[in-house]
Amino acid sequence: MSINRGRVRWQCRRALLELDLVFARFLERDFDRLTDGQLADLEDLLRCEDHDLWAMVNGSNPCEVDRWKEMIGLLSQR
Amino acid sequence: MTVAKRTFDAVIVGAGGAGLRAALQLSESGLKTAVLTKVFPTRSHTVAAQGGVAASLGNSTEDNWHWHMYDTVKGSDWLGDQDAIEFMCRKANEVVVELEHYGMPFDRTDNGKIYQRPFGGHSQNYGQSPVSRSCAAADRTGHAMLHALYQRNVRANTQFFVEWMALDLIRNADGDVLGVTALEMETGEVSIFHAKATIFATGGAGRIFHSSTNAFINTGDGLGMAARAGVPLEDMEFWQFHPTGVFGAGVLITEGVRGEGGILRNASGERFMERYAPNLKDLASRDVVSRSMVTEINEGRGCGPDKDHVLLDITHLSPETIMKRLPGIREISIQFAGVDPIKAPIPVVPTAHYQMGGIPTNYKGQVVAPKGGNVNAPVTGFYAAGECACASVHGANRLGTNSLLDLLVFGKSAGESVVEDLNSGNLSLKPLPADAADVSLARLARLEGQTNGESVFDVGLDMRRTMQKHAGVFRFDNLLKEGVSQILSVAERAKRTEIKDKSKVWNTARTEALELDNLIEVAKATMVSAEARKESRGAHVRDDAPDSPEFPNGRNDNEWLKHTLWFSEGNRLEYKPVTMRPLSQDVEPIALAKRTY
Ligand SMILES: Cc1cc2nc3c(=O)[nH]c(=O)nc-3n(C[C@H](O)[C@H](O)[C@H](O)COP(=O)(O)OP(=O)(O)OC[C@H]3O[C@@H](n4cnc5c(N)ncnc54)[C@H](O)[C@@H]3O)c2cc1C
Repeated sequence: MSINRGRVRWQCRRALLELDLVFARFLERDFDRLTDGQLADLEDLLRCEDHDLWAMVNGSNPCEVDRWKEMIGLLSQR
Repeated sequence: MTVAKRTFDAVIVGAGGAGLRAALQLSESGLKTAVLTKVFPTRSHTVAAQGGVAASLGNSTEDNWHWHMYDTVKGSDWLGDQDAIEFMCRKANEVVVELEHYGMPFDRTDNGKIYQRPFGGHSQNYGQSPVSRSCAAADRTGHAMLHALYQRNVRANTQFFVEWMALDLIRNADGDVLGVTALEMETGEVSIFHAKATIFATGGAGRIFHSSTNAFINTGDGLGMAARAGVPLEDMEFWQFHPTGVFGAGVLITEGVRGEGGILRNASGERFMERYAPNLKDLASRDVVSRSMVTEINEGRGCGPDKDHVLLDITHLSPETIMKRLPGIREISIQFAGVDPIKAPIPVVPTAHYQMGGIPTNYKGQVVAPKGGNVNAPVTGFYAAGECACASVHGANRLGTNSLLDLLVFGKSAGESVVEDLNSGNLSLKPLPADAADVSLARLARLEGQTNGESVFDVGLDMRRTMQKHAGVFRFDNLLKEGVSQILSVAERAKRTEIKDKSKVWNTARTEALELDNLIEVAKATMVSAEARKESRGAHVRDDAPDSPEFPNGRNDNEWLKHTLWFSEGNRLEYKPVTMRPLSQDVEPIALAKRTY
């Protein structure tokens, strides 16, 4: 089953402004190029709590889930 | 187009702290309750709150609710209603202890009580010395609070409609509220939520400003829906600005940075706060620091090529101190300012943070509006709580940690009022008018058919810039007057927004266009209310109303000790008195005085 891109895009709306800003950059730059596989990884990552996600993106807490590492890499790129 | 209809005892729009607390009250009373939310409940903006929630538990220092009440009235610059403030401060311990029982992991003292720490504006013995009144769960208070409330709601069988966006309020010819229309993002279909009671808990609208600490979700939907349906918005000129938002991004840099020795500097490197607040310097209150920063910028001493910000310097602190005492700040600065604060100062500007005004309610959480000579007549079937509501406990200026308390107290109280009003037979399921969904369907059809329109992004950007420039920290008569005409012309453009993507499901462009309609209502309310209020009070500071012996701090109680009510229709203002009488006969009112710290 293919993943609805609009749904994933909406789920990039977060509770912390820090993440909204990171995702705004990512949506503009990377999102449209994601493969279905990457999209599935992203959707899985988006289930994280916001504070945990932010800690992985800013590097204060390393990402330990292999499946998320590529997306964390893209999100962290400034 | 046929519109599906769902029927409930109560429908709540919003699943942040206020919505979840209200929902719990209803579901645990056995009522059939629906909660609509744009995002998953624990992704509501309440998650961002770190500082804590106020309650005079007295666990760390001696405290009582009378002192808390005094601080809140004074903080509000006497614009807060003293009945609601008494109610909130008296209820604080009860709602915080309740939350503890729901499993909230509060920090503890050695003997196992809830640990409390000091916070600006909260004092012992009527302003004499700082008090420890803030209860926190590490630096994740809001997050922990939402999780505790959400779990409890799941247990109580609250029915959640996640990723549903409420569009418009439904009222009948008598003005009674009968529910809302809502769009399910997954299908793009509109439904009617028909209910005996409707509670709004949609949070703030901080995204009307260009520089804001608020997440993108804070688009003031509840305020927009209420305003379009003829309900006035109260005291919308009052917005709290936090002095240190990262320049260009808005992300909040906590007060703790200045507490640890951070220094604000202008373009020549001068520690300018020494001139404005010789004693407290960089640690003066939020409004004083914000205004000093803006004065520096306005007088040409700002930093950067456009001289439009100042610098927050912690380079003199040791890297160890920064890493240990100020976790998170370095990451924020590197990400959003591109500077490592160990090596270079952080560019900052005063940033919109909290909306004191909102949908007018009484202390029971019932929405009130002028009707037949009563300025505070309850609107049958309509309730509101949290940042979207104005009870009014924060008046012209909110104290830190009083907002999370407001969510708990008035979320619960709105829920209790619904139960009471149902039991006393005051509420029933009233017939829906035939055109109940027409306003929403027309809005969607307009977007669908719009050609040669304006981009949502461009109109939104112009709104945010207009608000920032004309209704910012410091307000000037000529800028406000120009601001009114400019925001009205931006509002005209917002009626012609066009989206290129017309897809039905998960259309985020459409969602953003609908959100802009709500933001615009809030922006108009703010600008028009601010232009009209010719005094300075709390967070509303006018250049032409300075401190003087006749008007201390520029405040003019003879003419302006009153609440503003803005009506969308006709862009019209009315005023109503501030309630100076506390709730209980045996509680003395807090008499008017100059607000000094
Ligand atoms: C960075 C930051 C830090 C803060 N720290 C503190 C603190 O330490 N202490 C304190 O007391 N206060 C603090 N505040 C203020 C406080 O966090 C907020 O005022 C409070 O959390 C607002 O809660 P709420 O329940 O009213 O709304 P929110 O938590 O914003 O929830 C709004 C809900 O409404 C839903 N919603 C909105 N529109 C619609 C719609 N059209 N249809 C369906 N659902 C909708 C959303 O999905 C969400 O569930 C802070 C604020 C910020 C920005």
